[in-house]
Amino acid sequence: MELYQKTIHEIAADLKAKKVSSVELTKATMAHLKAVEPKVQSFITVTEEVALAQAAEADKRLASGSNITPLTGVPLGIKDLLCTKGVQTTCASKMLEGFKPPYNATVVERLNAAGAIMVGKTNMDEFAMGSSTESSYYMKTKNPWNLSCVPGGSSGGSASCVSADQAFASLGSDTGGSIRQPAALCGIVGLKPTYGRVSRYGLIAFASSLDQIGPMTKDVEDCALMMNVIAGHDEKDSTSANVAVPDYTTEMKKSIKGLKIGIPKEFFPEGMNPEVTEATKKAIDQLKSLGAEVHEISLPHSPYSLAAYYVLAPSEASSNLARYDGVRYGLRVPGENIVEMYSKTRAAGFGPEVKRRIMLGTYALSSGYYDAYYLKALKVRRLIKQDYDKAFEKVDIIVTPTVPNPAFKFGEKTDNPLTMYLEDVFTISINIAGVPGLSLPCGLSKTGLPIGLQMIGKPFDEATLLKAAYAYEQSTDWHKRKPSLKEN
Amino acid sequence: MALSEKDVQYVAKLARLEVTEQEVAKYTQQLGNILGYIEEMGKLDTSNVEPLTHPLDMKNVFREDVVVPSLTQTEVLSNGPEVQSGHFKVPKIM
Repeated sequence: MELYQKTIHEIAADLKAKKVSSVELTKATMAHLKAVEPKVQSFITVTEEVALAQAAEADKRLASGSNITPLTGVPLGIKDLLCTKGVQTTCASKMLEGFKPPYNATVVERLNAAGAIMVGKTNMDEFAMGSSTESSYYMKTKNPWNLSCVPGGSSGGSASCVSADQAFASLGSDTGGSIRQPAALCGIVGLKPTYGRVSRYGLIAFASSLDQIGPMTKDVEDCALMMNVIAGHDEKDSTSANVAVPDYTTEMKKSIKGLKIGIPKEFFPEGMNPEVTEATKKAIDQLKSLGAEVHEISLPHSPYSLAAYYVLAPSEASSNLARYDGVRYGLRVPGENIVEMYSKTRAAGFGPEVKRRIMLGTYALSSGYYDAYYLKALKVRRLIKQDYDKAFEKVDIIVTPTVPNPAFKFGEKTDNPLTMYLEDVFTISINIAGVPGLSLPCGLSKTGLPIGLQMIGKPFDEATLLKAAYAYEQSTDWHKRKPSLKEN
Repeated sequence: MALSEKDVQYVAKLARLEVTEQEVAKYTQQLGNILGYIEEMGKLDTSNVEPLTHPLDMKNVFREDVVVPSLTQTEVLSNGPEVQSGHFKVPKIM
């Protein structure tokens, strides 16, 4: 096995035992990253210089033997909507081409403090709006399991780079499924933490009441290790919650005997891909054989979550994206007066999906339509949240498929935005309710594409999610499968 | 509620987005479809439901009123498309 194919917990042991230095590891990872990058295209920016400087620092730390964390010296990818001081951060938009933030996102600061290495900024859907990474202004990221398929989105590059061993793990962000759906499609683990669990300071905002940063990793233990570093209160984000953070790697290893699992009937609609249904049912049986109790439950309002989301998220986006006005950063297209400058700048800087959502949100918030759309969606939001509150009185976690289908081909869903939106039908209600959700591999389709299993937890109970996911993962070998990096 | 091309032009103006005729035609159709889907929510009776703006039970967060280091003027201006004498420069407003 090559060094770069290992997991974080495996390579951390090697680094600590001085079997390899961080500089050697970073060079080996960088060489592999560059070798497969023309095929996969995970990165908008490859940060080799930064990586090698960080690796040299990490080696000093490893040599001193003190202040070593499991991430010290380990190469990671960072989604290109997380601000990195002095390193271009584009949100995959023409609008922010060349933008070099003057500060780091809190999660980036935390990774730096742990001694992690940044190998690059990963590709994504423009401003995180999409489910295939096709709306990036810069490039089309390919699914490592079949290069003619999309990697999912919006954190497509963060998923593909981990799947293709270009980085040991990455950070993504999830507003309606943007960590879990690409994790499922690329056969890796992805966790959207509880809203407020991880600081959003320095995350370029899409929909502020839904966005959350989380880890994308090769296995569950790595996910726990990343959470140990990024979770916790941050005074720079007033929505970050002051709730104690457990040691996730300790919690993860506890038994799941007697764990109550809810299976919501609404997540197994008629006509769903039979391979996904079968893989999910097998995984549920597996959890049962490991000692979990399975209960059928209902989340009656979940069929309305997609409709509510497409009011709430675009409304918040239309407000958040008002800041791109050609004044303080990013693109400027000259105009005769300021309004003309704004309108020309925004027309040239945003791609079609971003414009669509800005207009949708502007419409939903405009005079005369506010009650029918935005207020209505906020009421539906409460009903969806109440469904989860009620379900969690009876069960500890909820298990569903992550996505109704495996990865699809390029261009298959770009003509009709609604078909693309339906990719998130099983992930979106989790963001609306603010609860945590994790996706992990639970099978392969006949054509060799990964299938994801979603586990949903109580607010701030990521520990139980990781425990259930770890127990399942350790009893299977899906997480050990590697993609072909070929076109099929 | 059917969406007209006039609505789309109005919304684009509110959103400060210059749109071409072709875009207006395309967005009218696409946004109309999406709104049709969104109107599914109308089937739910929400007359006795309070709106929920945020998943967490949030209250105002205060801190002590003490000065802490922040970004310098140079850093803040460093990404400005047009900067002059410590200010962001914009085209005429009036």
